[in-house]
Amino acid sequence: MSLSVLRGPARGYLIQAALLVALVATGMWLWSNAEANMAARGLRFGFGFLDRSAGIPIGESLIPYTPADTYRQALTVGLLNTLRVAIIGCLLATILGVALGLARLSANPLLRALTGGYIEVIRNTPLVLQLVFWHAVMLQMPSVRQALNPLPGVFLSQRGLKIPALMADPALYAFLAALAAGAIGWWLLLRRERARQAETGERRATILPGLLMLLGFPALSMAAGFVPQVQWPELAGFNFEGGLALSPEFFALLLGLVVYTAAFVAEIVRSGIQSVHRGQWEAARALGLPGGRIMRLVILPQALRVIIPPMTSQFLNLTKNSSLAVVIGYPDLVSVANTSINQTGQAIEVITIFMTIYLALSLATSALMNWYNARVALRER
Amino acid sequence: MRQAPALPGFAGRATAFARACIDGPLNVAITLACLALLWWLVPPFWDWAVTRATWNGNANACREAGGACWAFIREKFWFSIFGLYPYEQRWRPATMMTILIVMVVASTQRRLWGRGLLLAWAVAAPAMLVLMAGGVFGLPAVQTRLWGGLTITGVIAVYGLALGYPLAILLALGRRSDLTLVRWFSTAVIECVRGVPLISLLFMAAIMLPLFLPEGVTLDRLARVLVAYTLFTAAYMAEVIRGGLQAMPRGQYEAADALGLSYWKKMRLVILPQALTITIPSQVNTFIGLFKDTTLVVVIGVFDFFTTLRAALGDPNWLGFATEAYVFAAAVYFLLCFTMSQYSQRLERSLRPGGR
Repeated sequence: MSLSVLRGPARGYLIQAALLVALVATGMWLWSNAEANMAARGLRFGFGFLDRSAGIPIGESLIPYTPADTYRQALTVGLLNTLRVAIIGCLLATILGVALGLARLSANPLLRALTGGYIEVIRNTPLVLQLVFWHAVMLQMPSVRQALNPLPGVFLSQRGLKIPALMADPALYAFLAALAAGAIGWWLLLRRERARQAETGERRATILPGLLMLLGFPALSMAAGFVPQVQWPELAGFNFEGGLALSPEFFALLLGLVVYTAAFVAEIVRSGIQSVHRGQWEAARALGLPGGRIMRLVILPQALRVIIPPMTSQFLNLTKNSSLAVVIGYPDLVSVANTSINQTGQAIEVITIFMTIYLALSLATSALMNWYNARVALRER
Repeated sequence: MRQAPALPGFAGRATAFARACIDGPLNVAITLACLALLWWLVPPFWDWAVTRATWNGNANACREAGGACWAFIREKFWFSIFGLYPYEQRWRPATMMTILIVMVVASTQRRLWGRGLLLAWAVAAPAMLVLMAGGVFGLPAVQTRLWGGLTITGVIAVYGLALGYPLAILLALGRRSDLTLVRWFSTAVIECVRGVPLISLLFMAAIMLPLFLPEGVTLDRLARVLVAYTLFTAAYMAEVIRGGLQAMPRGQYEAADALGLSYWKKMRLVILPQALTITIPSQVNTFIGLFKDTTLVVVIGVFDFFTTLRAALGDPNWLGFATEAYVFAAAVYFLLCFTMSQYSQRLERSLRPGGR
């Protein structure tokens, strides 16, 4: 280290050059090993196998799929299954988590204690254990003929959950379009009124005309004859017909992920709201704002700044945790990929594919949440 | 809904508790709903777990009583700790676990933190491994595929941390380095590992790693699990440590530079001791997550505590006691993780400036 070459900026370049050489050398060494090993097993590196017929039976799929389809299609089915459970899971975990977080702050000590117990138990036990537990619960459900029927049209049995579904026909699309038009109308009205308030200081309620648009447009479309049809699940023979079916695996995975993640979300929401200084509550109350508006206009905008970044990592965790599906047999991306590796031996290619997909999902979620975070972040002059 | 700040300083005194429960019609409704939930959950569980439970006897006695079969857990308890480790050699994992517990308890004592403790770990860690694997000092060799139960959960968690921690420090320093290539490399490693599920790293280690090794070289399955788990630990710990490095005031870096300390001396003597200390609570929290994640090794067929218990469910003499196994496993994990999180919270209070 006493050599003068090893001091100053030259030292930095030397270290970086050494790192580069070491990386390239290691990479080449690993690659030559891999080529030799694959040659010994009669394999060749390449993604050609993706177009071969997979022969993997997959129980549930969002797109038409048969075992005769290619590996590419099988992996796509797995990816869609991952996305399905991740997106629905994030939505439900947010709803449940916010509710629990508010319950944790309730004035009622009994409710606080109960929520606290839930959060501690869930957070301090492994997710794998919980998933296996929920799966076991699903398998112990009554048979189809004795299915539990907690709500009209909702059936819970060994075969999973059955709920009423809307028929995908022009009437439904017209109805949804009308609903969207109503929502956009409300939003435009809100924007105009906000600009008006900023200009004149006068405040007018937008709830009534807004609701009128949101409910009125769909009502008009229904009056025009576009009535969406509901399909009710009905017992026919040994299974249900009609309606939307959630397999026991999907339902157990979704339940496990939501219950687990919600406990973490609840703590984030609680600490976010508690991070808002008490003076803010007192000042808002001194201004004479009613409770709901204190929350909406004063507390939440400040709490969200604290809440959003850790929420992002919870959504990412949920997405990554959905890969535990393989433990209970839900055909997600990792599960299908694992079968593909066992059948083709193309381990490097398949693992590269699904790691790239997960990385892309993670980056996309972070990008989306960062964009939202930038919107709610403190705007300092 | 009313918010907590409306009732500041609420201590859990019984009268105040009761009053707060029936303060206003909404509160009464919430209290009644909570009581209904408790009534629906607690008595049936108590009935199953205590009143009708069987503590001694065989499976038939359990089925007759109709409650929880804790006799099953008693029967399988040592199996869940030691797995398939040869019966007459069980003193070895037992000694290893004792050393592990002593070391972990010693490490929680702040007055023992220092060079001596590090040295003790440096001696204990290899010693425990030798004790388990054998093959020297007259100990018969025991293959790692026979290791199992809580022992292997402990081995994975502790060795993952012991091997991953130095790597984490290097990655955290690398991510904040002035050298572009070093920074890019560290960031890429951290983000790639954190961006993918642990399961995929385990698959990679189990299936892909052997392909990258020279022909004829094989790596033990447990060693492969440790490679993946170490990398995972390192990436997550690195981010926690980076937080500590960023939290150090600039003055600390500048003062060390002004003293003419070299980069490594500056880090070793000034920055790292402070950055590591202030992040210990977050490190413990991260470790709780990593500890729970040891259950994931089931996907590549390593028999950790939970998987061993599930394997015990297959005993033809004791069929149908899955719930008991799950409740027991959950209780053990809860006890360990909850203790750690309480410890981390206590530490956080005592490490706060002026909190000693």
